[in-house]
Amino acid sequence: MLTRMIEKHPRLIRWTHWLNFALLAIMVWSGVLIYWANDVYRPFFPLWFYNFFRINHRLAEGMAIHFTFMWPTAVNGTVYFVYLLISGQSREIFPHPRSWLRLGRDAFRVALYDLGLAKELPRQDGIYNAAQKIAYSGILLMGMGSIASGLAIYKPIQAYWLTSLLGGYDFARLIHFVLAMGYVLFLIIHVIQVLRAGWRNLRSMIAGFDLPGEIK
Amino acid sequence: MKDPIAREVHKRTRRSILAGLAGAVIGISGWKWLFSQERDEGLPWPLRRVLGLNETLASACYSNSRLTPQPPAPAPGSPIRINGPLGLESPVDFTQWSLRIAGPFEGEYEKEFSLDEIRKMPRTETTTELKCIEGWTERFSYSGVKFSDFLVQLGRPDRPAYVGFETPDGEYYVSLDMDSMLHPQTLLAYEMNGKPLLIAHGAPLRLLVPVKYGIKSLKRVGTITFSDERLPDYWAERGYDWYAGL
Repeated sequence: MLTRMIEKHPRLIRWTHWLNFALLAIMVWSGVLIYWANDVYRPFFPLWFYNFFRINHRLAEGMAIHFTFMWPTAVNGTVYFVYLLISGQSREIFPHPRSWLRLGRDAFRVALYDLGLAKELPRQDGIYNAAQKIAYSGILLMGMGSIASGLAIYKPIQAYWLTSLLGGYDFARLIHFVLAMGYVLFLIIHVIQVLRAGWRNLRSMIAGFDLPGEIK
Repeated sequence: MKDPIAREVHKRTRRSILAGLAGAVIGISGWKWLFSQERDEGLPWPLRRVLGLNETLASACYSNSRLTPQPPAPAPGSPIRINGPLGLESPVDFTQWSLRIAGPFEGEYEKEFSLDEIRKMPRTETTTELKCIEGWTERFSYSGVKFSDFLVQLGRPDRPAYVGFETPDGEYYVSLDMDSMLHPQTLLAYEMNGKPLLIAHGAPLRLLVPVKYGIKSLKRVGTITFSDERLPDYWAERGYDWYAGL
């Protein structure tokens, strides 16, 4: 029995969320075009990967795309983050500073449940469970890390203080790379979880509302 | 009669999916449009334009007081990674070599310097971590004449906005902004790691400009050209960012 619609995701959050997916895909892909030219984190990408996705010999193109789309990506991410703060949505996502321990324990129990190793979910406050809170706060921190490490390797001499703060040029490049691979890992888990959660949940990120009474 | 909430759910879902699809179509069309645009030196012109804007921003923030990392100098004669034979493949008679200064007008060689004359100019020694545009770095020391000192020796009071470098055979050429040329670590170098340059490192004289990616540090300098106009650049013609500044 449907009794009421509740608003779950504001319009701006939904648009920036989907736009972020497209922009990050462009950034990761153009980043791999750049990475190919100094393929040192071996054996990360096998040869067939480069051939299959036609990555080879596209450094100039990769850099031009990366240094163009860094702007909309950073702006979109900033708009998302600022709106999250001013709309109060961040209260749903950011863990309470005094409950780290409980959050970690609950997130672990959520993971056990999702893997079929536990029968019950821990009690959840708000629209996100503990594992989601960690994942969604984490992805925001990763975004800030990508901007910082990106600037550190884009202008390592003009932004020398940032580069040395991040352990030097080579280490900052590694951070930037690890974060990029982190987005891919996040995406895989995120898509699996969204598929498991079903249409009602996915619809809330498309149309914005949720129906508490509706069966999945 | 249908439940009004169910109707609202249906309406909003349909509207949002349509809006999302419209957004996706606009995005994909925009992407296709971008890569069907006329090429400007190997890149669709909008990308080249953004690189230009990035350059404007970067040169506004640029300061010659920021030095590159200065690691301790490696032991004299330590090997240094060799990368790129462009412009070094033609035979050259080193006894006949001289550095030629051209410009502002093409073909007019105002001055020539022998290696001995350059060696007699004020000598600067420094170390750096040079960054290749491919993503790797190499640490070494190098000595030569600071380009700003060289300008004094040249007796040019004016400071044209652009400086071009070309190998004697003309196969490799780069151009740079005067600001970066005046950086205290920008040298016309004749030694690396305490030894005279190897042929593969650009003997007898090479440019080292560590505030740029290594593509700008031209080996075996033949001609230096000064100009108020941006001069040709080998890699910029092949889709790379002209500025290439760090």
